[in-house]
Amino acid sequence: MTNGTGRSDNLADLLRAGSTPLAARWVELAAAPLKGRLSVAELARELDELYAAILAGVASGSRDIQAEPYAEARALLGDLSRRRARAGFTPSETAIGVFALKQALFELVDRAEVGGGLPEVVAASQLLDGLGLWTFEAYAKAREEVIDEQAEQLLELTTPVVKLWDGVLAVPLVGTLDSARTQVVMEKLLESLVVTGAAHAIIDITGVLAVDTQVAQHLLKTVMAARLMGAECTISGIRPHIAQTIVGLGIEFGDITTKASLADALRHALRRSGVDVIAADGRR
Amino acid sequence: MTREDIPIVADEDVVRVRQVVRSYAQRAKLSLVDQTKLVTATSELARNTLTYGGGGSAVVELLGEGRRQGVRASFRDDGPGIPDITLALTDGWTSGQGMGLGLSGARRLVDEFDLDTAVGRGTTVTVTKWSR
Repeated sequence: MTNGTGRSDNLADLLRAGSTPLAARWVELAAAPLKGRLSVAELARELDELYAAILAGVASGSRDIQAEPYAEARALLGDLSRRRARAGFTPSETAIGVFALKQALFELVDRAEVGGGLPEVVAASQLLDGLGLWTFEAYAKAREEVIDEQAEQLLELTTPVVKLWDGVLAVPLVGTLDSARTQVVMEKLLESLVVTGAAHAIIDITGVLAVDTQVAQHLLKTVMAARLMGAECTISGIRPHIAQTIVGLGIEFGDITTKASLADALRHALRRSGVDVIAADGRR
Repeated sequence: MTREDIPIVADEDVVRVRQVVRSYAQRAKLSLVDQTKLVTATSELARNTLTYGGGGSAVVELLGEGRRQGVRASFRDDGPGIPDITLALTDGWTSGQGMGLGLSGARRLVDEFDLDTAVGRGTTVTVTKWSR
């Protein structure tokens, strides 16, 4: 990309002279692919601001979008891309906002309404390509941020420790159990045991798709740790196909209590703590 | 698609192998038990490829042979290889931190099991599960 001051193009004059028709046409072109998901008034406000920032950069004489005069334009574009990324727009729908200005400018020059020729077209083209790439990068960065946030939320969300009864805690596990997840589960469970003083913990694996040796090892370690703290730990939610696979693998759960369903595990925990569930009319 | 290559270089790839194998097993109309067995076996082998083979790749294929369908998964690495196959296939023996059931357990969970290894030449494990 070319840069430096004292250029021989009149891009700044062109952008200034044609600002009204250019901005209007820009909004029109940029709005089309968004199909009404963003109001034209809102888009016009965003692009007007951006237009002013780009004009300020161009007026400085510099054509390097990484240079200081373009700081505001870059910041505005970054914000715009982030908003688009979070609102679920595609990268193309986001970048079209910048490239539409190019088309609007070419149309204007083509109709020879405000003057301007090849030097201006080339300069504008290079400048807007640079800004378009900047938009892509900002968009990708915003999407990565979203993914990181979601991964973190998921880690927290998918490992809740819930109280089922006085002295009975449960951890329903869902999805894939890797080392990081297990670590979180174990820490949360042991902490909750201390805080609530619960004597029973139930780890429910109904939502775990497959129990391989790594998952089993993680489960066993968690149970052992809970036991060391004086709590009894039950594993529930072992479905038939999981049970057959565990047997096939040759994993032994030893003296750890396992139950087919969370209800069975709760009943077991209640019995162990001396509570029996009896229907109101006296029948079980 | 009846064949898929999956590189195994990180923990996420083990999850990806499981997902691909599961979808292939469903397409081959394996029962839920057989699906789970195959997915679990491939999960073990993929993790072995990563942990002991230092990474490698997996190839998952859909097989059709007459009326029955099946899924074949092959795991290849260029790691150190296995010096003693009999020992490696012994329940409870491990050269690492695991339970020592991955390789031997995987063999029990599938219909066909083939282990090709030599010290310094890497390891290839191929497993197949057929629909009943």
